[in-house]
This record gives sequence, C-alpha cells and structure tokens, in this order.
Amino acid sequence: MIMVLNNIEKLLEKYDNGETTLEEEHVLKNYFTSDNVAPHLEMYKPMFTYFLANQQEKFTKDVPLKTKRKIDYKWISVAAVVLLMLGFYFGSSFNNELGTYDDPELAFNDFSKSMEMISQKLNKGTATVGYLNEVNKGTSSLGYLNEIENTTNIIFKK
Amino acid sequence: MTQIEFLNIVTPFKDKVFRLAKRLLVSTEEAEDATQEVLIKLWKNKEKIQEYKNVEAFSMTMTKNYCFDKLKSKQAQNLKIVHSNYEDKQTPLQKQVELNDSVNWVERIIEDLPEQQRMIIQLRDIEEYDFDEIAKMLDMNNTAVRVALSRARKTIREKLTNTHDYGIK
Repeated sequence: MIMVLNNIEKLLEKYDNGETTLEEEHVLKNYFTSDNVAPHLEMYKPMFTYFLANQQEKFTKDVPLKTKRKIDYKWISVAAVVLLMLGFYFGSSFNNELGTYDDPELAFNDFSKSMEMISQKLNKGTATVGYLNEVNKGTSSLGYLNEIENTTNIIFKK
Repeated sequence: MTQIEFLNIVTPFKDKVFRLAKRLLVSTEEAEDATQEVLIKLWKNKEKIQEYKNVEAFSMTMTKNYCFDKLKSKQAQNLKIVHSNYEDKQTPLQKQVELNDSVNWVERIIEDLPEQQRMIIQLRDIEEYDFDEIAKMLDMNNTAVRVALSRARKTIREKLTNTHDYGIK
C-alpha cells in the first residue's frame, strides 16, 4: 500500500512536470478513479475523473454531406448536350432524305414536272394581267380632254 | 470516395474534433456547428484525403484554426456591443449549484486557462495523443508542448488544492 502510494506520488511529480508517459498517466487515472485514494491526494480525484468522463462526450449531430445536387447539375448539362447532338444528327439526316435524288433521270423528271407546274400557274397569272390593256385604251381616250382644254383656253384669253 | 467510405474514415475521430471544439468555444451548439463545418470541409476535399498521411491530425489542426477564427470574430462582435451589454453578471443559481460538483469545477478551471494550454490539456489528458502528434497538430515543437502542459497541470492542481484546503468555490 505504501509502495503504491510512493509510486503514485512520484508519478504525480512527473505528471506536473509534463514528463509522464501515456502508460504512467493511465496508472494515475486508474488510481484516482478507484475508491482507496489517500486523503492528502484527494484533490486530484475530480481532475482525473473529469478527464475520463470527458472522453465519453459524443458528437451526435448528423453531417449534411451534399452530393446529389452537384451530380444533378452535371447530368442535366450532359443530357442537354446529348439532346443537342441528337437534334443536329437527325435534323441533317431528315434533310438528306427529303432534298436529294440518287438517280439523275428521276431528278430531272421531277424537276421538269415541278417547273411545268410553276409555268402553268404563272400563265394563269399573266392571263389576268391582259385586262390591263383595256385600262391603257381608256387612258388614251382621255387624250381628247387635252383638245377641249386648248379650245377653252383660247376662248377665255380673248 | 463514397459517403460510406468517408464516414468510415471520419467516424473514429469526429468525437475528438467535437470535444476540442467545445474546449475552445465552450458552448455545445457552437462546437457542434464547428464539427459539422470541419467535416463538410473534409468532405469537399475528399479527393485529397488519401494524400494526407494523417487525416486525424490534419482534422484536429483544421478544428483548431476554425475555432480560432470563430473566437476572433466573436471578440470583434463583443467589442461592438460593449456598451449595450447589460447582462446580469452574477452566476445563475443553477450554475452555482453545479459548481459545487467538484468535477464541474475542474471544467471551469480548464476554461480559465489560456487557449493553447486548454488545447494541450484536451489533447493529452483527455484524448491521450503522444507529444509528437500534439506538436504536429498545434504546429509547435515537442518541448514547448511539454512546458505548456506542465504549466497547465500545475495551475489546475493549485486551484484544486486551494479549493480543497479552504473550501473556496
């Protein structure tokens, strides 16, 4: 018992000087949390008790680790790019199917057909323009009005 | 790195981060916020975590720095409101009763120590790190850690002895 006490007192001195090893500090902690602490050393008791008790304090809150939002933005941009690429790809391929002929003869036939149609429609249009000649006739007859004006001028001068 | 892998790395020492933060900031809520903040910062740098030799020591240093920043901004705030601060300075009855509990008294004694000594007591006597680790975490040399630790321990012992001998509380 006295041996133990001697040892503890020596350790306490080393402890105060910051020279104890972790093992020696364990010995102290064990001694001072036991029931048979020497009366003249009792003031150390709350200290070592506190150290051991404080080790038990836990962090209980959740940690909000945000990952989903970041990944969402990434994938949205990827999706947008994919959509754009698809758009270009299909857009250009549709044009190819509608706008070109592989057989030149067929192309010529279709071309002349459509040109014929255009000229027919154009002729219809020009036919109605023919009426404009009548208007011209009308205006030429208005030329007689000038003669009348000449004669009236002569009369009023005199 | 997945969330689970990250949590596996962080879980063994997240309580230590919290306790160090609480030792410096005193308030439990602020210590919780600080711990969250530190863990989120680690998560954001998770790609680099593998490069660090000692994630735990790195995290403790981060915690120290974060808390120091917090304390600095708090001091700045206190200066501003110093004249409108009519808070009752008397310790509430509840606190006085708690102080009679000598274990809580130890906590109060440690609270009164300078920040550096508080951290060293926390890291050595509670978290039981060896001196080299503490020196690295706090960016000090080994001897300086021992000297500060010795000073802190002597202060605690003196105050406890006074309390014990004269019943001053």
